[in-house]
Parts: sequence; structure tokens; C-alpha cells
Amino acid sequence: MKTKTLIVAAALIWMGACNRESRRYKELSPADARPETVKLSTLQPGKADPPVNKTSPYQANAYGLSEGKRLFSAYNCNGCHAMGGGGIGPALMDDKWIYGGEPDQIYSTILQGRPNGMPSFAGRVPNNQVWQLVSYVQSMSGNTPEDAAPSRDDDLAAKKPENRERPRRPKQTGHR
Amino acid sequence: MGQAIQSALNPTGIQAARISDLYWLMFWTSTVVYVAVLIALTVAIWRGRRSDAGEPSRATAAKWVTAATAISIVTLIGLLFASVATGRAMGSLSTENALGIEVVGYQWWWSVKYKNPTPSLEVTTANELHVPVGRPIAISLKAFDVIHSFWVPNLHGKVDLIPGRENLITLQVDRAGVYRGQCAEYCGLQHAHMAFNIIAEESDAFERWLTAQRTPAPPPSSPELTSGLAVVERGPCQMCHTIRGTTAGGRFGPDLTHVATRSTLASGTVPNTPDALTSWIKDPQHIKPGTKMPSTGLSEQELQALVAYLQTLK
Amino acid sequence: MSAETDQLAATWQDPPGLLGWFSAVDHKTIGIRFIVTAFGFFILGGLEAATMRLQLARPDNGLIGPDLYNQIFTMHGTTMMFLFAVPLVLAFGVYFVPLMVGARAMALPRLLAFGYWIYLFGGIFLYVMFALNIGPDQGWFSYVPLAGPEYGIGKRADVWAQLITFTEVSGLIVAICLVTTIFKLRAPGMSLNRIPLFVWSELVTSFMVIFAMPSVMIASTTLILDRLVGTHFYNPADGGDPILWQHLFWFFGHPEVYIIFLPAQGIMSMLLSTFSHRPVFGHQALMLSLTATAFIGFGVWVHHMFATGLPQLGISFFTAASIMIVIPTGVQIFCWIATLWGARIRYDTPMLYALAFFVIFIIGGLTGVMLASVPLDLQVHDTFFVVAHLHYVLIGGSVFPLLGGFHYWFPKMTGRMLSERLGKIAFALLFIGFNLTFFPQHVLGLHGMPRRVYTYPENMGWGTLNLLASTGAVTMFIALCIYLANVIISRRSGAIAGENPWDAPTLEWTTSSPPPAYNFSPLPTVTGTDPVWEHTDEVPIVVGVASECREVLVTHVMDAEPDHKKEWPEPSIWPLWTALVITGLFIGSIFTPWAVVVGAIPATFAMVGWFWPKRGQSPEALIRRLEAGDHPPLEQVL
Repeated sequence: MKTKTLIVAAALIWMGACNRESRRYKELSPADARPETVKLSTLQPGKADPPVNKTSPYQANAYGLSEGKRLFSAYNCNGCHAMGGGGIGPALMDDKWIYGGEPDQIYSTILQGRPNGMPSFAGRVPNNQVWQLVSYVQSMSGNTPEDAAPSRDDDLAAKKPENRERPRRPKQTGHR
Repeated sequence: MGQAIQSALNPTGIQAARISDLYWLMFWTSTVVYVAVLIALTVAIWRGRRSDAGEPSRATAAKWVTAATAISIVTLIGLLFASVATGRAMGSLSTENALGIEVVGYQWWWSVKYKNPTPSLEVTTANELHVPVGRPIAISLKAFDVIHSFWVPNLHGKVDLIPGRENLITLQVDRAGVYRGQCAEYCGLQHAHMAFNIIAEESDAFERWLTAQRTPAPPPSSPELTSGLAVVERGPCQMCHTIRGTTAGGRFGPDLTHVATRSTLASGTVPNTPDALTSWIKDPQHIKPGTKMPSTGLSEQELQALVAYLQTLK
Repeated sequence: MSAETDQLAATWQDPPGLLGWFSAVDHKTIGIRFIVTAFGFFILGGLEAATMRLQLARPDNGLIGPDLYNQIFTMHGTTMMFLFAVPLVLAFGVYFVPLMVGARAMALPRLLAFGYWIYLFGGIFLYVMFALNIGPDQGWFSYVPLAGPEYGIGKRADVWAQLITFTEVSGLIVAICLVTTIFKLRAPGMSLNRIPLFVWSELVTSFMVIFAMPSVMIASTTLILDRLVGTHFYNPADGGDPILWQHLFWFFGHPEVYIIFLPAQGIMSMLLSTFSHRPVFGHQALMLSLTATAFIGFGVWVHHMFATGLPQLGISFFTAASIMIVIPTGVQIFCWIATLWGARIRYDTPMLYALAFFVIFIIGGLTGVMLASVPLDLQVHDTFFVVAHLHYVLIGGSVFPLLGGFHYWFPKMTGRMLSERLGKIAFALLFIGFNLTFFPQHVLGLHGMPRRVYTYPENMGWGTLNLLASTGAVTMFIALCIYLANVIISRRSGAIAGENPWDAPTLEWTTSSPPPAYNFSPLPTVTGTDPVWEHTDEVPIVVGVASECREVLVTHVMDAEPDHKKEWPEPSIWPLWTALVITGLFIGSIFTPWAVVVGAIPATFAMVGWFWPKRGQSPEALIRRLEAGDHPPLEQVL
């Protein structure tokens, strides 16, 4: 009994560590790089298609979150969202979400674009990178595990490091 | 040591030549010292091979130890002087009329910018430096992310690229040719594949190259090339890469405006051939696992058009 | 066996049973544990090396990918430097220093036990993390910003930083125990200038540990603070500097290699003296050389940073210092040759290792002079030339004497001789394999092959030399397997060793093999540097040290005149408990800074348990003993 408990505990630790620490840079074959078709409604005539992933595969993956942070800067999300504080665009580090703050909602926002200025990145950003960005955006409001979230950047300190943010659960507001 | 590429013992620049001379001086001095010590040890043991030959008197032994120490000190001081003299000689390269280049190290590629007082005449390229023979080159070294090190053994020792600092290295190449360099400070997953080339050519050839580099990309001249350009401008490439003359203005990957003129791709990892380019774009992670360039999921047709277009970027 | 020795054995024995095994504080028990653990890590580090050499045997090899390779070379360096070399050189001190100075025990025995447990738990922690894919991958020197909060992804760099904490605490503790023992527990007559050179080297090394380790502890602590809490020590944008890391690390890192080297020089003096049956020539000169090396060793660290763009004038001073440090070692080599001049050598295996030192280490020392020169270093820094240099000095200068020393001291520790035949075969294969592995790497470095690369292109022309090096690595592996087999076989069935099978001069050879728990009876005194060779039967012994309790004679620092007698602590389980709770604290603080606060609570309880005064030391108990005619040490009565 005791041995079994130990084995189960070890397996859980192993899986947890594996998930955080795996460097999944080779996981996508080129064909999978294309984003899935995103639907905003779950209602469809006939039989509904299976839903898109509800959560990002990189939610607790340190490499994915770090890549998301790098891409946020590289793809100039900072230009409108200014490290999460907003400006031209809405703030991403608070709990107010116009179009929803769940992972799949952020995913569809990035791919489809939104009225009043959010560009559509479909066809410009590969699928897995979008999920990395989704996870990073969530980390800005503290909604990713503390041990996987990025720490301070080697840059001027504009805000608290993501791993020190207290979680702010998203509230859909429908407006800015 | 032969015509080894990337070899410190095959110097083609004046600094590397001085270092090579210093090396051989130290090598032969070391050989003499080593052989002398081993001979002394052998004699010491040989004298007692049949029976203990008796301890040497304290005075004699002390005399010999002191003499050996004194000779060592004199030799070491001599080598110290040789080293300082070499260092001073290396630093005395005149920087008059030096060509100014700025190299920024990224994980895992090199951004190269030819400085010019007129900003529109600056040239940005990647992973390859063309330099004129016989003229000093002043390269300022910056790091974008982590510490890298700029090292072309045929020409000079290495200097680190350190975030937050700007270091300077001054080179001069004596002979035309292609000299390979490599990052020499562990910088992460693909440190092993962060090489670059310095191509030294006569001044006029260099000036022609520089002028050509200033021109923007030519417009596409066939339907296939047009769809190739469309992949660039309406696909993932423009998110990271710049091709002047198109709307691709990304700043986080190598500048591709004249990518077809380069001899290698992926920072010296693969040769610049259409096949290699196709494989690289199709699945960069297979060739350089961990590289920041993602798999883009282009179809075969798009890929073919893209590669054809990129081949026109001379 | 007289009544007194029986009484002593009963007093000093390790307690029996499983609880007793965990409570043991005998320096010989703990010394063997250190040695066995260190050799265990040596095997792991060697497997990592073998894997790397297999990957590099061919250009563009696909045996292991970049992520695993980067973890492996980091683990190899970290294991060899922190978990093998330093613990082993100190471990020989732990076992043999009390014996060589004629003491019954080591100072601060429970602290020593704690030092071992922390080392063991740190090493286990590192390898468990490696198995969980959290093994560090940023190099054993962990430069920022690669190991920093932005580019050091996940917890790998934090694991490395905490391993440093474990091993440095352990190293500091052992160093403190050694210094105290060497200064205060020597046999009467063993003035400081008469202590064996190995003991002197352990003393100097321990001081180096005490001054160097704090620097790396500061470095690793600030790194964890940057990563976990968001401080800016190494952030150039907010007032920090990546170069600060390099200074802090190498201020420790350079003395670290001398920490590894100096005890081996002590072993060299010992082996050369024994196997030529000559007292070492220039005892004072050798003591001064060891000391000089230690001092100058703290003044050369910038030679690891010549390529960083620091001002030329400043770094030239470090060239001078790095060249200067060769001189004391040169003096040692010349004195050793003088020792051997005309001597009849016995070519037993330990002596072969000692002679190999000359052939191998001197090459490493000379390439070190090359590396000390800034212009030449700028070419060969961070190439395989440095890999070759460091292995020539560390393996030739340290591992060979350590293996010879182990072969030499094995009879004393176990009572059995190692097989000379297997020993000589292992030596020959190791010597050949080592040179085959590392000599070509000098050429590879000069021909442009950088370090820490998981593969290299076909057209560079490096393939042949790499293949040669990998073949040598396989040879070394076989050699070390034979060495290990020798140890395992001889432990069971080696020839029985007497008190002094080598006719060696120092005090540990005057007691049985293995020594009894109480080390000596009667306690010896000395009148010279080579007690066994100089002593006649008229040398005085020490009387009056109690045998019913763990009493130890404490002497003065300079001339070892008797000072007082003190009662030594009994075996205790508290060092183990404290080590366990502190391990929890260290591991927890990788994930949250609150672990330091929360972990301090059980740590406090453990230390309270540790320091709780024993009933036998209360004033009433002392008065009872006085009345019964037993004379406790004077200071306790007052």
C-alpha cells in the first residue's frame, strides 16, 4: 500500500515536472501549424463539430510561456497593449475582457481580429505560437501556475514579473 | 598545420598572425621546459635503479632547486613580456579610415549592419560580413539577448557580446578569401549552429557589393514569383523578417533583402541551395532544433513559389 | 588487547543497529561515506562524459539532441566539480587528518555528520531533478543572462543554484572541522612545521574553502532572487550587470580548482616520500609553496574573463598573476625531483600514479601559461584547448594522485591490499586512454572547435581527432571499470595488510588496519616530520586521557603543547534530522520564497534537539562523578 502511494506520488511529480519543463519546439509537424477553424458559437445544424481546445497546451509549460512572452514583443503586441497595460488597445493584465478571457476566446480573438482595431493574425502566426501567446496573455493576469510563469525580463521594469501576479479571474464585460 | 579553415594557426589577418607567433614561441619554450623536467626526473630515478645512491646534500639540492626556480622565473618573465608586447601590437592597429560595422548577436544568428553617417545608406544583412582587404574594420559588438562571442580564428581572437555593453573589435584582413567564424560563448540550444562568414575581397569588389546591398528587392517578374511575394507579404514571413522593397518589415529575424547572395543559411548551418532552403523553411526544427523560426505549415505550392521568389533576392 | 583498549573500543564505537548507523559521528565512518559517495558521483559524471564523447565521435551525429546534450555537459561539470572533486579531497582529510596528527577524533563530529548528510541530499536532489527533466542546462558556471529569469526557462537554473547551496554548506562545514582539528588536536610535539605535508595541504585548502565558498553562495543566492523574486542584480537595464556574475563566480571558481589541486599535491609529497623511502626535500619550501599558491589563487580569477572587453591594463595584471602562480608549483616539482634524486623507487601502483603526475600535469601547467597570456587566450578561450588544459591539470594534477592515494590508503581503511596486477593494468589503460582522449583536443581547439557544442559540421576537418578522443574516452572508461573491479574484489579477498604495508613514515601507519574506533592507544607524541622512520622506543606517549568517556586532548596551535582535555559529543541522530529539514527548506525555496520562513520552523526544532544539553553534563552529574573519584575535565567543574 505504502509502495503504491509512493509510486503514484512519484508519477504525479514526474508528470508535473515533465509538463512544466518540457521544451516542445519540435512537437508540431508543419501540417499542424495551420490554425484550426474557430467558431464563436457552439450551435451548429446537424451534428456539432468537436470544439476547439478549451485550454492552451502551454498553460503550465515554462518554455511555451517564455516563447509567448518573446512573441508578444516580437509581433509588436506591445504597440497597442503596452506590456499588458493597454493604450490604443485594452489592458490585458486586468480582469475585464470585452470578448472573453478564457483561453479559447483569446485564441479566437488573436486569429480573427476584433472590431475597433485588433488585427486578425490568421495565416500570419502559426497555430502553436498563437497558443503560446494565449498562455502568456493569461499569465499577465496571474492565471498560469506560478512556477511556470515567466519571471522578470532583462529589461526596464515596466510591471511586476508575471510569476508574481495575483490571479485575476476574467469577467466578460462586452465593453472596454 | 595546413589550410585548415577556422584555425588559429592559419592566420590571414595581422592580429591572428601575431598571436600565432606568440603561440609558437610559447609552444617551443614549453616543449624545452617539459623535456628538461622529464629528463631531470628520469636521471633522478635512474641513479637509484640498483640501490639507493644516497640523498644529495642539502646544500647541493637547495642549489639546484633554486637554480631551476630562477630559470623558471626568468623564462616566465620573458613569456610575460612577449605576451604584453603581442597585446600592445594587436591594439596598435590604426583605426583611420576604418570601416564601421555593428554586429548584434541573437539566439542563434548574427545581425550585421554597415554604419554610415547617412542613415539611408546603411546596409543591414545577416550572418555574413563582406570586408575590403587591407583596410581596418571596426566592429562594434552588441548582444540582444544572452552573451555571445564573435570569433574568426583566422583573423583575430574572440570578443564577447554582452547585453548592456558595447564591445569593440578591430580587424584587418591581408588576403582575399572566405573566413569562417563561430559563436564562442555558450548561448543556449543552438550555440553549435551559430556560425558566420567573413568574405574579404578587393576594395572595388567590396564597394560594388555594398552598393548592390543598398538596392531594394526587385519586383516579381512572373506569376510564380508574384505568388511567392504574396506568401511573404500575406503570410508568416513578414512577422519576423524584413525584405526592403516589400511590406515585410519584421525586426526579429535576419534581414532577407539579399538572401540569395549569401553562401549559407541558418547562420552557417546549411548551404544556400534551393533544396536546402526548401527543407529549412518547411521544417526548421528538424535542421536546427530549438531555433526561433517556427514551422509555418505552407502548402507545397506555396513553398515552391516562396523559394523561387527568395532566389531572386540577389 | 588490554582492558584499557577494550574500554576505549566500547567508548568510541559507533552505536549498533539502523539508528546507530544514522547517528554515527566517527570521522572514519563519515570519511568512508564521503569517499564512497564521491566515487559514486565520479561514476555518474564519467557516464555523462562517455555519452558526450559518443555524441561527438562523428560530425553531425544524431545520438542525442541539443537539449539533452546541454543538460549532460552541465551535469558533468557540476557533478565532477561540486559532487566529486571537492568532497573527495576533503574526504581524505576527514578520514586521515585525525590519524596523521595523532588524535582520537575529529573536531565538531556532529557538525561533520551534518556536513555529510547535506552533501548526500544535495547530490541526490540534483540527480532526481535531472531525471525529472529539471536538470540544469546552462553550463556548470551558469552565466547570466542565459541562466537568468528571462532566458533560463523553467526551474533548471534554480536547481543548479540550490545545488550550490547544498555543496557549499557541506564544504564549509568540512573545512571548519578540518581547520579546528589541525590547529587544536595535534599530538604533543607536532608543531606546525612538523605536520605532514598532506595535513598542511588540507589546512590551506580548508582556508581557501572558507574564503571562496561565500562568493559563490552570494552568486547563487542573488541568482535565485533575480529569478524568483524579480531583483535586478544581473539586469543591465536596471542597474545590474551580467559581468557581476562572472566576477562573483570566478572569484570562487578559480580558488575552487586550487582547492581540488592542493590536497593532491599533499598526496604527491606523501607518495613520493614513501615509495622512495626518503623524507621530502624542502619541507618548509613545500609548505610555503602551498600557501603561496593559495594566496595567489585568489588573485587570478579575471583570466576567465579576458574576452569580455574589460580594460587592457587591468587584465594585464591578471596575466602577470596567472603566470606567477606557476612558480610555487614549479618549486614543488623541483623539490620532489630532489627528493627522488638517486633514490631506490618501489614501483607499486600508487607510485606509478605519482610519476604520471609529472608527465601529465606539467603539460597542463604549460598550457596554463599559454592561457594566462591575453592575446593567446583570446584565440583559445572557450575552445577545446581549454577543455584539454583543464583535464590535464585536474586529472593529471588531482585525479591521478587521488587514485594513487586511494590505492595507497585502501589497506589502512579496509585491512586488505588492492591487487597490484589489476592496479597496474588499470593505471596503464587510464594513462594511455587519458592522453588519447585529451591530447588531440589541444589541436582541435587551435583548429577552431569551440566548447559546449553538441555537434560540428563534416567539412571542418575535426572528425578524425574527435574520433580519436572518443576512442580514448572508451579506454578510460574500461580502465576505471578495472579499477572499480579491483576495489570490489580486493575488499573481499585481497591480501591482509598489516599495520604498515608500505613502510610509510606518518602516524596513521602506527595503528592497526583498519584503525580501531579510538584510533590510537596509547596516544602518540612526535619529535619530527617522519615519526615512523625517526622514532625509537624512547618517544613519550600521552597518558591521563580518560577511556570511560569520549575524552580528547586539545593542544596549542603553534607547538602542540597540551592545553586541556575535553569531552567529545556522543553519536546523535539530530544532524540527520537537521539535514533533512534543511533539505526541505532548500528545495522549497526553489518554488517560493516563503519556504525559507516556513522551513525555518522545523529547522529550529531540529537544532534545539541537537543542542539540548546532555544529562551527564549537569552540575549535579559532575559533582556525583567527582565524588566517585572520576576526574572530569577541569573546565567543566569550574
